[in-house]
Amino acid sequence: MHNVFDIVGPVMIGPSSSHTAGAVRLGLMARQVLGEVPVRADIELAGSFAQTYRGHGTDKALVAGILGFRQDDERIRDALSIAARQGLDVRFQTVQLPDAHPNTAIIHLIGVTGRLARIRGASVGGGNILVSNIDGYEVELSGAYPALIAIHRDRPGVVAQVTQILSRYEVNIAFMRVSRQNRGETAMMIMELDDVPADEVVEECQEVCDVEHAFSIPPIG
Amino acid sequence: MIQFNTVAELVKLAEEKELPIHDIVVAREMHDTQRPKQAILTEMQRNWEVMQASIERGIENEERSVSGLTGGDAEKIYEHREGGYLGAAALSAAAYAVGVSEVNAVMGRIVACPTAGSCGIVPAALYAAREQRHVTDEAIVGALFTAAGIGMVIDQNASIAGAEGGCQAECGAAAGMAAAALVELADGTPAQIANACALAIKNLLGLACDPVAGLVEVPCVKRNGFCTVHAMLAADMTLAGVQSVIPVDDVILALDTIGRSMPRSIRETAEGGLAATPSGKALARRIYPK
Repeated sequence: MHNVFDIVGPVMIGPSSSHTAGAVRLGLMARQVLGEVPVRADIELAGSFAQTYRGHGTDKALVAGILGFRQDDERIRDALSIAARQGLDVRFQTVQLPDAHPNTAIIHLIGVTGRLARIRGASVGGGNILVSNIDGYEVELSGAYPALIAIHRDRPGVVAQVTQILSRYEVNIAFMRVSRQNRGETAMMIMELDDVPADEVVEECQEVCDVEHAFSIPPIG
Repeated sequence: MIQFNTVAELVKLAEEKELPIHDIVVAREMHDTQRPKQAILTEMQRNWEVMQASIERGIENEERSVSGLTGGDAEKIYEHREGGYLGAAALSAAAYAVGVSEVNAVMGRIVACPTAGSCGIVPAALYAAREQRHVTDEAIVGALFTAAGIGMVIDQNASIAGAEGGCQAECGAAAGMAAAALVELADGTPAQIANACALAIKNLLGLACDPVAGLVEVPCVKRNGFCTVHAMLAADMTLAGVQSVIPVDDVILALDTIGRSMPRSIRETAEGGLAATPSGKALARRIYPK
């Protein structure tokens, strides 16, 4: 059963929990994955998002999330002009994605230092989201929990080393998934945690020699 | 540990423990989320403050939505409140609900209750109740937990999503929640709270979700006004002693079976009903030119 505030709540900017609030959360997730100020956003919209994004303000909502606004931020309606003022170049494209959830977006970001991020996710109802791909890796991420993501070499023992660090800091893993593109190359480990990991936890994971990059994503509220 | 899976179980718990329904709902939330009581009460108080702000903005709103389909009607209804067939209480409530829904349509801040499409009904009913009965904000926050408890049961045993159960699942659920909250504020018993919910939902069974151009505007905005008055009537019928022949959990069961048998075209796809009429389609073409 859902909780009280799933029924009387959330506080959000209208008009649609799936096409507006969920879109803000998808944008926010992309921003967290990028981890720095974005200067360019290329957004692909599929299904119902593609058909109705203007009427629902889905475009504004996605950009608001990319700017770091939350789903109850009244600046969402002005997000496109705020993005322009902040030097964030935004482009939209409608695409056809057979078999995708009807409310799917793919967000490509370029950050101020040239970092790239690509996430694919869907707004699955009631403002909830499911991110299905990050930087080419298949994932399943709801944003409801704090997450720790590590990109690492696909070889034995790396997962154990990282989970040992979490164990030492008494951080409990709620859900975990490892995904790779090709055997023996790079892989991505995604752990949804019960608590936000401290900076030193992320730093220690980063120091594991087969980990290329580790970062955490706070829950997106 | 406090658990309930039906409204009947919720009523029984309240009766056995001699507590108001909202105390049972709060106790369950404390258990399920492991959050302290004060944090839960404070969050609901904040939601009530956002609801009030959305009503106060709504009755002065003259702005049209992005699509141009809605806007400005709350103010008209509010101005007419003294001169209508319905009394000022019902017309004010309708104006409040339309107002909140208009604020939603112009990308303003609202509380989904249970959804954004039905966000005006519960706040409007409570705001009008405060004017009429001079109930305290503390009592209203309590009534919001009662409404939430009812909504949780509907969500679990049927649906609160238009895409699954049509509008009966959104505005129907909201009307049931509002009627329950109103009866609680009038010092009704747990059994009366359940009865009001049954009356309200029963008369909205079968309601289609067929929004023009797929937007949360037509018929949603005005329907929030209608459903608020509807909830008030269900509460008043209950307080007058009218019994629902079908108990609330069976009404929720009917909501579920009707929702499952509804064609996809009237479950938020904008492919049937009003959306598929000549005028509905012409509006959609105007909003989304090829």
